[in-house]
Amino acid sequence: MLAIAAVVGATVLAGTALAQQAQNPASGEIHPWHVQGNVYLLPGAGANITVQIGDQGVTVVDAGNGKLTDQVLAAIRKLTDRPIRVVIDTNSDPDHVGGNQAIADAGIAVIGGVVAFNIEDIQHSSPIIAHENTFNRMNGTTRGDPQWPSGAWPTDPYSVGPKKLFYNDEGIEIIHVPAAHTDGDSIVFFRRSDVISAGDVLSTTTYPVIDLKRGGSIQGMIDGLNRLLDMTVAKQESEGGTYIVPGHGRIYDQFDILEYRDMVVIIRDRIQDLVKKNKTLEEIKATRPTEDYDARYGATTGLWTTDMFIEAVYKSLLAAK
Amino acid sequence: MRRGMCLSRIACSFCVLLVGALPSISPLAHAQAKPPVRSQHEVGPVPSEFSLSGTWVPYFHEDLLERGNGPELDNYVGLPITDGARKMALSWDPSRMTVEEHQCQVHVSPYMNRSPSRYAFSEIRDPETQLVIALQLYIENYQQTRTIWMDGRAHPPDYAPHTWMGFSTGKWEGNILTVYTTHIKQGFIRRNGIAESDRATMVEHYIRYGDIMTHIVIITDPVYLTEPFVRTNDFALAQYTPGSWVYSCEPVEELTGEAKNRVPFYLPGENPFVDEFAKKRGIPLAAAMGGAETMYPEYQLKLEELMKSQTQTPAKK
Repeated sequence: MLAIAAVVGATVLAGTALAQQAQNPASGEIHPWHVQGNVYLLPGAGANITVQIGDQGVTVVDAGNGKLTDQVLAAIRKLTDRPIRVVIDTNSDPDHVGGNQAIADAGIAVIGGVVAFNIEDIQHSSPIIAHENTFNRMNGTTRGDPQWPSGAWPTDPYSVGPKKLFYNDEGIEIIHVPAAHTDGDSIVFFRRSDVISAGDVLSTTTYPVIDLKRGGSIQGMIDGLNRLLDMTVAKQESEGGTYIVPGHGRIYDQFDILEYRDMVVIIRDRIQDLVKKNKTLEEIKATRPTEDYDARYGATTGLWTTDMFIEAVYKSLLAAK
Repeated sequence: MRRGMCLSRIACSFCVLLVGALPSISPLAHAQAKPPVRSQHEVGPVPSEFSLSGTWVPYFHEDLLERGNGPELDNYVGLPITDGARKMALSWDPSRMTVEEHQCQVHVSPYMNRSPSRYAFSEIRDPETQLVIALQLYIENYQQTRTIWMDGRAHPPDYAPHTWMGFSTGKWEGNILTVYTTHIKQGFIRRNGIAESDRATMVEHYIRYGDIMTHIVIITDPVYLTEPFVRTNDFALAQYTPGSWVYSCEPVEELTGEAKNRVPFYLPGENPFVDEFAKKRGIPLAAAMGGAETMYPEYQLKLEELMKSQTQTPAKK
């Protein structure tokens, strides 16, 4: 038996050693990853940043936390010397909009018409697009949210959508997902590249982050995941095809979304069943309704723990009663 | 929709013992002339005795009861699974596979190895140096192709997409091809709801003895396994390989009238098949529920005690 253990143990160690060869960038480094078509992922600066590159310039989805903006801009410059043309915020979380002002200021706006004075005076910054609820949370209209400097505010909010753009030879749809992570979530679909930037409607490293105080809900989150599932088309045997850049974590395709959606529905239904049986939150937690997924998505410390997720689902279901 | 043929797999003490035994005391090793050892540092074209090129067909005797039609529901014997993996499996309703997006899902590479299909190894060489930079493994089942990079390249970063076959790198260790695979999608460890997570990794050893090849698979999954899980397979080099098994899967509405976005599963305590296997085989339910200890020969002693100490469940007639 010792010999067997030695063989397996040596193999595991070998695997561990090999795993260290993965090209994970060091902290503070931003390495673009080509998703497909015109679209790249820039991880490591807070929430994932998605950029679309082409002759017209750069479309940036989410601006990161602002702490590594110089590195983000340098990473973009490695991909293209074309100007940043538009920034899109998928929600108002600091790790998504912290870099808004600096990244928008590094870009340009294209202004039509005949103007007085020097047109460069009004070309100094890219427009920032977001859902109006995100806009209102950033500018202080919605009470309870920290107000951001005006230079970071969305300049081009939309209310219903989808808001449609055409940059770099492809259509871009900005779609509002109501009451999911917050009440101001957007997902961004690059139609020709066949890539969706999902913001925090999808986080592949944690359970869904449902911010009840800012308008999120479990049903909205499930609706958002189902929307993503409907928008994706697998290339072959449930693999590839449409790719999704999540707010946090690795790139997903249709099947990955499917497994994640299945998990959220199963946990929601387990808790719903216990709510119907008039169980208290503590009694529900004691049944460990997430046990089969905790080793993959759960946490006991940090910003979004398993307990916080269960509580959010519970309260969300009670509110929907 | 056309489904591919079912796969199967097993973890048992037999498999683990086999790993320990190979290649030094394998009967096959004694039957065949031992090939010369190739240094890891040796460069140049791989000599024929180290080449795996050709089409291989699997022997199907190992763990036969799990292959073909697949495992019985709620039979987790011999699997080193976590409590979470067991809970997930007990929630799993086979009807999940009727959901359109699930219908064409492919078995992940650690599971694919037991497919009843042919495996065609070929080499990809640098056109100038003729060094082997990769091995390509075409698997008829689901028409999957694995590329095993032999040029020392790094694995992708964690945020890269995952695939059914994963990302593989390999190296020759003597006459053994060792392959390390990461970036594998979520799949099955046993096709009755026992999941393998997308954080699982796989180490394989391919050992050739003339026209016979032994394949050892070691799966490590920090999410659903408490310890590495080992399977072995034997293959024979095929002399004649006409035709091909193609897999053209198109999802359809298998169940009409079902709600869109449904997720078939069992709530806790509502799985109607939970003790079906245990009753049918006349073993305690605890044994059927698996866990690492059920993988080792010593468990037979505990099983005897369990069967003595509790009322035996009669086998179905």
